[in-house]
Amino acid sequence: MELTMHRKKKLIKARKPAARKFVMAYHLMLLPGIILLILFNFLPMFGIIMAFQDFVPARGFLHSTWVGLAHFQYMFSLPDSFQIFRNTIVIAGGKIIFGTLVPIIFALLLNEIRVKWFKQTVQTIVYLPNFLSWVVLGAVFTMILANEGMVNQFLGIFGIQPISFLASNTWFQPIMIITDVWKGYGYATIIYLAAMTSINPDLYESAALDGANRWQNMIHITLPAIMPMVILVATLSLGNILSAGFDQIYNLYNPIVYPTGDIIDTYVYRFGLRGAQYSFGAAVGLLKSVISLVLIVISYKLAKKFAHYTLF
Amino acid sequence: MVRSKSLGSRLVTILIYALMILAAFLSLAPLVNTIAISFSSGTAAASGSVNFIPVQFSWQSYAKIIADHAFWQAFGVSVMRVLVGGSLSLVLTVLMAFPLSRSQEQFPARNIYMWVLIFAMLFSGGMIPTYMVVYKLGLINSFWSLVLPGAVNIWNVILMMNFFKGIPNALEEAAVIDGASPLQILLKIYLPLAIPSLATITLFTVVGYWNDFFSGLIYINDQTKIPLQTYLQQLSIQAQNLTMMSKEEIMALARVSSLSLNSAKILVSMIPILLIYPLMQRFLVKGLVLGAVKE
Repeated sequence: MELTMHRKKKLIKARKPAARKFVMAYHLMLLPGIILLILFNFLPMFGIIMAFQDFVPARGFLHSTWVGLAHFQYMFSLPDSFQIFRNTIVIAGGKIIFGTLVPIIFALLLNEIRVKWFKQTVQTIVYLPNFLSWVVLGAVFTMILANEGMVNQFLGIFGIQPISFLASNTWFQPIMIITDVWKGYGYATIIYLAAMTSINPDLYESAALDGANRWQNMIHITLPAIMPMVILVATLSLGNILSAGFDQIYNLYNPIVYPTGDIIDTYVYRFGLRGAQYSFGAAVGLLKSVISLVLIVISYKLAKKFAHYTLF
Repeated sequence: MVRSKSLGSRLVTILIYALMILAAFLSLAPLVNTIAISFSSGTAAASGSVNFIPVQFSWQSYAKIIADHAFWQAFGVSVMRVLVGGSLSLVLTVLMAFPLSRSQEQFPARNIYMWVLIFAMLFSGGMIPTYMVVYKLGLINSFWSLVLPGAVNIWNVILMMNFFKGIPNALEEAAVIDGASPLQILLKIYLPLAIPSLATITLFTVVGYWNDFFSGLIYINDQTKIPLQTYLQQLSIQAQNLTMMSKEEIMALARVSSLSLNSAKILVSMIPILLIYPLMQRFLVKGLVLGAVKE
């Protein structure tokens, strides 16, 4: 032990001149990426000061009038604000809950299948929608959920009158949750299935000797084995509670469902950017960023505590 | 394996197979429906009689696309964006991940860079300040506004970094003794070992650039420069720009718009993704798991 330590120290010493040259190279390798981060991640952070100004693009960040917290006060005085935060949390929360549960159940069931090619084919097919854009899927779901679309045709068989799913404040939120889970569950399924392959087969054999049935195996062996991964995925998704999915909602909503479908990001886009209320939009965005940051830090702490996960 | 073959157990097995087939069906049904609509006549599509088989089969929509200049222009912008943005992003990711995978001893500034990255990942200036920066940099209506803002994906950098960390140090030490430079070590030792991670990141980057419509929506006003997804989005969302419409008016508009032509455009836009997906699929599970499962 001592010897190896000694040798290690000696090695480091011997390498020192080379190491300094290496450090310079490391800085240079990082430089282009860091420049882009400064331009497109850190400069916008300084741009947040516009949330405390009456920002006029022509005057820029330095010469616009300061208004303090006026935009935040205005935001809290609007009746819409409460509704928009509520919509965001309901939609994002539903996505987190069902986006966690569905892949667990699906992976447990798929894991029961012994025919390898069948298992892989199903896995590949359910993962496919993950790679399609919400622009594409928005158009596809608009067709399928239309009054004369496939879903209403199917419901018609049972004598149900056509439902305008995407123009209904009852249906819009559930549809957002269902379609998002539909698109995304293949991804988590693959991760869980991979975790399942690393379970020691001896466990199942000794369970079989004890007379355990399939259901008991699932609950007492497979599920506990993937639990750390489940906790990890679930806690990390907590940071998304205020990101209900701009791409999806923007491509599926319309003025009729604003009362239930409008989320923070779509609101900021419509009023802040398109409506040119830049400072007000930035203020709403800032509130979102700050709350998200707090939640992400909490969720990483939770992930560290319960799943012993560290990011770096 | 001892496995009871009772009637009940067999029924459960059949049920599970049925459920899996149903899930696969549900994943594909919307796409099959779109394919069927794209090959149907416009009137059949609008009447809602098309499910999984084209009604009044016609190539017309595809024939129209071939002659559609705006569509191919947007397609070209997207291809350029994927090629330029994808290679830039990949190079940047590898170049950043390698130094960060060194130990504190080898690279003392590592942790400072790491905190900078983590902070940039967890906190953002938000939509509007980012837009203003792009605007002030003079990138509005520039191709580079579609490439540069998203070129550094910190999540990918961390995924790659974690992979590099898993490569035994002995390999590098041997190369150092032979007088290799850091860049040579990265290119000749680390990269060839990182193929599964590289493939995963390439797939995600390409798909990310191809699927993004938002940059095109806010940064590009010139119709000849918009990427394909923004072009498609304009086609299908036109109805929503007219605020305050009744339910009936929206439905009427949806009926008038050419469903089968739009479906065909959507399908053509998916071709690059459908081509690259099976190629990358075999690396995907490996790369994904490497990124997610970390001690």
